Amino acid sequence: MKQLTVPVNGKDHVSGYPYAVIEMVEYGDYECPHCGRAYPIIKDIQEQLGSKLKFVFRNFPLSNIHPHSFSASIAAEAAALQHKFWEMHDIIFENQLTLEAGDLTTFAYRLGLNVQRFENDIQQKFLADRVEADFESGIRSGVNGTPTFFINGLKYEGEWIDRKLLQYLKGIIAQVPIL
Amino acid sequence: MLPIGNAAPDFELYSTPDQKLRISELNGKKVILAFYPADWSPVCSDQMSLYNEMSKYFVAHNAQLIGISVDSKWSHLAFAELHKFHFPLLADFEPKGEVARLYEAYDEGTGECQRALYVIDEKGIIRWNYLSPVGINPGADGILNSLEELDNVKIVMQ
Repeated sequence: MKQLTVPVNGKDHVSGYPYAVIEMVEYGDYECPHCGRAYPIIKDIQEQLGSKLKFVFRNFPLSNIHPHSFSASIAAEAAALQHKFWEMHDIIFENQLTLEAGDLTTFAYRLGLNVQRFENDIQQKFLADRVEADFESGIRSGVNGTPTFFINGLKYEGEWIDRKLLQYLKGIIAQVPIL
Repeated sequence: MLPIGNAAPDFELYSTPDQKLRISELNGKKVILAFYPADWSPVCSDQMSLYNEMSKYFVAHNAQLIGISVDSKWSHLAFAELHKFHFPLLADFEPKGEVARLYEAYDEGTGECQRALYVIDEKGIIRWNYLSPVGINPGADGILNSLEELDNVKIVMQ
């Protein structure tokens, strides 16, 4: 079974309870339609599992087939510098078909970011390096398409539609002894 | 699958409608041979699209990626254009599957290539191989590990 080669660390964007029973990492592409379909499913899982879930998103842009995905990743990372990573992550997935540069700036404006700073930050090399580092960690962990999920460090090979992922996660929670 | 340590059999196939590629002409480079069942089927597209994002890593290891299936050069042309592939797709089309058979990567039942990977070193020796279940995209971690291992070995040997 393939494992997450770069463990979740301080550089990651984390949503949920840091010491949750389940740590789920998604390698995703903002322009990928499958990831777009997974987005509300993850939201539902987060709602259902509450403090039992810690969710991490890492960038895995397939730039040749999805020409806007890399810049969308950069936009989310730039938003993170203003503490609005998840807000940008969400607004991008909710508007997957309009991800031109002007659209990303509009999102920044709508989220109340300092737009001038945002436009400066998206040009910075360290953000591109960060997105590429995410991609590389995905490759090394055996990510073979998007979305790919790692649950408590192991690649999830099952389906995520029709609440199958939710049921799988509930199964893990059920096995954990109550302390 | 041909075993590791064997010389990779030489062959020549169409890489574009009017050009052929002979594998021995790539000597001096590592070669990643990716046999796959068919253009247009979903898993292959994912697998090839993934490899298409990895040029930077392959170049760093002096490696050339080559995709091979039994589809025609015209199918390859359309498939590669749509997905913006930056690497050649070879047409193992006539005689059908001859090269795949040579590399023991042909599925007689379906008449398609198996999902088989080979890494061949600069001297034309097979240094890594992997046969993936046909419906499973094998990812790129195995290829990358093998390329790194080869380069480390070379550094030690120098």
